[in-house]
Amino acid sequence: MDKPMRLISGLAAMLLSVGVFAATEIELELANNDPDDIESLQRGARNFMNYCAGCHSAKYVRYNTLGRDLNLSEDQLIENLMFNAEKTFETIETNMPMDDAARWFGQPPPDLSLMARARGTDYVYSFLKGFYLDPDSPTGVDNRVLVGTSMPHVLWELQGFQTAEFEIDENGTVQFVQFDQAMAGSMSSEEFDEFARDTVNFMEYMAEPIRSKRRALGIWVLAFLMFFWIISSMLKKQIWKDVT
Amino acid sequence: MARIESEVGIRTNTFMKWVDDRFPFTETLKYHITEYYASKNFNWWYIFGVLSMVVLVIQLLTGIFLTMNYKPAAADAFASVEYIMRDVEWGWLIRYMHSTGASFFFIVVYLHMFRAMLYGSYKKPRELIWLIGMLIFFVLMAEGFAGYLLPWGQMSYWGAQVIISLFGAIPFVGEALVEWIRGDYAISDVTLNRFFAFHVILLPLILVALVFLHIVALHHVGSNNPDGIEIKENKGPDGVPLDGIAFHPYHTTKDLVGIVVFLMIFSGVVFFAPDMGGYFLEHANFEPANTMATPEHIAPVWYYTPYYAILRAVPDKFWGFVLFGMSVVLPVFLPWLDRSRVKSIRYRGWIHKMALSVFVISFLMLGWLGLQPAEGLYVTLARIFSVLYFAFFLLMPYYTTIDKTKPVPERVVFHG
Repeated sequence: MDKPMRLISGLAAMLLSVGVFAATEIELELANNDPDDIESLQRGARNFMNYCAGCHSAKYVRYNTLGRDLNLSEDQLIENLMFNAEKTFETIETNMPMDDAARWFGQPPPDLSLMARARGTDYVYSFLKGFYLDPDSPTGVDNRVLVGTSMPHVLWELQGFQTAEFEIDENGTVQFVQFDQAMAGSMSSEEFDEFARDTVNFMEYMAEPIRSKRRALGIWVLAFLMFFWIISSMLKKQIWKDVT
Repeated sequence: MARIESEVGIRTNTFMKWVDDRFPFTETLKYHITEYYASKNFNWWYIFGVLSMVVLVIQLLTGIFLTMNYKPAAADAFASVEYIMRDVEWGWLIRYMHSTGASFFFIVVYLHMFRAMLYGSYKKPRELIWLIGMLIFFVLMAEGFAGYLLPWGQMSYWGAQVIISLFGAIPFVGEALVEWIRGDYAISDVTLNRFFAFHVILLPLILVALVFLHIVALHHVGSNNPDGIEIKENKGPDGVPLDGIAFHPYHTTKDLVGIVVFLMIFSGVVFFAPDMGGYFLEHANFEPANTMATPEHIAPVWYYTPYYAILRAVPDKFWGFVLFGMSVVLPVFLPWLDRSRVKSIRYRGWIHKMALSVFVISFLMLGWLGLQPAEGLYVTLARIFSVLYFAFFLLMPYYTTIDKTKPVPERVVFHG
């Protein structure tokens, strides 16, 4: 989430205290992504199509819509992002058969169109960074944010592998302490943070492609209402002059 | 020039005469608008009635356009909402206006009801206006509830599951009743279909009819005012109340300013925070309904939470349901619970003022507690504020009798 949104939701949270999802008490890392940063969104789209879209669909998102919103030409769109589609008006589907996927992973990979909005960008960001080695897990990894996830560590080539340190606090609950790098990936830790941030940024865009248009229009609407407020106040004053 | 104008004048006059001979058009216009006299000292608390009408119109208009693209079927509903949000021209705006309008409907109606409590507008001779208003509120609650199922998200599904199953607490007929409401053994496609029918035709029809009756009753008796004085008791030689001014053009131009300010706030939410941090559009509702996975924490939308908190504060399911129902219905009896000689809070004593403050705090706290998990301190607090909430109503005949009132002036207080 960007700054004004965080401020607003923060205020709402202060007013009404801990939000609707108080049950999720895992501390999340802040994504600090900026949905107005088109270049970041473009990188995020590239990341998403190369690393996520093989298994995850985003079935409400059309290629041509995202091409237009991310300032990409049709050629750029077709060459760089459309691996699973023929026509630009198609939505982002995956080629993986969902029935097989359900058998392989226990459940089919969820559609990601709205994931950033349903769970929050900080959640997705922390999830992407939260895989750690766990020999007991069938995939060899577990996730700090979504314990017992059936998703393998898809980004291991980039991030490498990390181990997690836990401790038992005074209440007897297991608390996460920190990650330690066990095997280096092709990216430095900062580079991987950027990678995850761009990807999450793109996912926030996908969850609400109209976001930037809505805010831009909102300014004009408020400006008009401001103007109309002055007019209506003057009218009221004029009419009410003879009320004593 | 003058000749043409007078000819046009004559022609419209003959036309209006033709109409008026067959339908009381001019008469109705005068009775309800140009010669409806309301007190000149209305303050801004009096804006919420007209704002409720504004929101009603917003909901009706946006609702019609949503209906054109929404598909009331379990398999299609969620996707059709996303279709509206992404592919329908201006669909996102229409949908955000409708979802924001739902929350604002309750905001303005709650404030409108509170205004009536501040100035004793429910008291004689306006009991029927209050009763019709309470019916509007009940229908509105049902309307909001039915509408919330339609996006078919996780919270739509599980929220409806929890609330409908409450009726199961009624002895003997409970379970049968729950099945009858759902039309199935669980919330399903059948339920969605009928809730759609309720939401887009049955309840709006009743709502509009009740709003009409609300206004007919209001215009018959005349509006109350912040002093709680009957302005009709002081009429001039022309029969017009001395403290009254015509609804049009005076109150209409004043209301217009209020409507514009309201639209600014409304647009602020629609364009800059349509989720309102998860309170207007709950985060979990961006996941499609999944009958196999219960969300970690099910909370109704904020406007039902005060009553929901009362429900959960009671350890017993049946009595919880009874108190929940009572908490919603109790305000109906306000005109008879309030024994005070004066209407307005301006001329009431400290006991009533304190009671009203306790009520407001209890209502807000219960609203907040209804969003929290039902455990530990939250339950204790919910019990305390539930008791205070009921005490406000049930002890009212007593404390309004002993409360010392101040003398009410002859004419309304107005600083031109």
